[in-house]
Amino acid sequence: MERIPILRMGEFLLVTIQVDMHDQLALILQDDLTRAIEKQGAKGVLIDISALTMVDSFIGRMISDISGMARILDAKTVVVGMQPAVAITLVELGLSLTGVATALNVERGMQLLRRALTDSHDDDFIKR
Amino acid sequence: MATKNSLSAALQKRRADIRTMWSQQLQATLAGSAKGRISPEELNQQVDQFLRVFEPAVVSNELDDIGATEWADVREFLDDFSRRRALAGFSSDETATFIFSLKRAIFEVLKEESSNDAKQFAADVWEATLLLDKLGLHTVKTFQKAREAVINRQQQELLELSTPVVKLWDGILALPMIGTLDSARTQIVMESLLQKIVETESQIAIIDITGVPTVDTLVAQHLLKTVTALRLMGADCIISGVRPQIAQTIVHLGVDLQGVTTKANLADALALALKRSGISFTKS
Repeated sequence: MERIPILRMGEFLLVTIQVDMHDQLALILQDDLTRAIEKQGAKGVLIDISALTMVDSFIGRMISDISGMARILDAKTVVVGMQPAVAITLVELGLSLTGVATALNVERGMQLLRRALTDSHDDDFIKR
Repeated sequence: MATKNSLSAALQKRRADIRTMWSQQLQATLAGSAKGRISPEELNQQVDQFLRVFEPAVVSNELDDIGATEWADVREFLDDFSRRRALAGFSSDETATFIFSLKRAIFEVLKEESSNDAKQFAADVWEATLLLDKLGLHTVKTFQKAREAVINRQQQELLELSTPVVKLWDGILALPMIGTLDSARTQIVMESLLQKIVETESQIAIIDITGVPTVDTLVAQHLLKTVTALRLMGADCIISGVRPQIAQTIVHLGVDLQGVTTKANLADALALALKRSGISFTKS
């Protein structure tokens, strides 16, 4: 069965969506990803959707769902590389993905995750 | 026998007289409103050109239908003529007068040629009137078309001109918006801005609305859409150039601009953008 690979990079997980998403694939990804976060204790998830040219409301909601699930599992999600057409479509669909962090490219997304991680370490330190 | 052809007979016989009378008539109008937009020589040239194509068409005896092949040359001349007039900024009546003023000259000649046959004269005049009216209307029609083409082109140019995306700094783009925002324009603005963000990998976009005369709920909604789309792509957005009146309107309308950074002027917005990018200046 077709699957979207989830790569591990230190404390982060990297998901690159290279194919056009369909609903079944999205649900499998949700499943795989939550399991991977739990298993590897990932602190951040980076979803690269730069190759995604078409979205519908389902995929839009899926992105925001994944972010919510990851947050509950104590991992921060960053969505990177959204194409202009995709962004416009999502806005027109009324999906503003509030609460989902975004970045222009993988590099910036990584920076964002690292910064978030150091911040949260500081928080833990203060609490102790 | 005086048939349909009395007009063509008059034209052939008194060509020079008609030309002189018509030309005089036109020069008289030229002295008025159309002054300076067309030279007397140019006008005479147009008169000659028209008569050159008009005469064979009349002689062909096909006076009822100016859509016929006999009138192709005349139509071609008139099309070109009205297009040029439209571009030169003439009004529609000024353009149509070119044809209508020929009536006087033709009537005068017909009167002199009719040799006191009132019935024949009336019939001839009626025929000439019908013909010239048709030609006049054709002129106006093409004039209108030419004007519409000009308007369409200008609209297109305006659309392209009104959405420049400028790079203020490495990673900082600005979009000075000018004119009223409607759905079509917002779409183009949004697309070109997002495209530029991808191309330049800029992190901050400043939308300057100093040139937007009024902001209503629709415009505010369009702005919010653009901001959201930018955020989805991972860029930050600052709206600058909010005038006091617009700030009042936005609050009165109950538009929620929370979560959107707004600044009163472009300078403040640029300062904030630089600060966010970690760039600082010192005065030397």
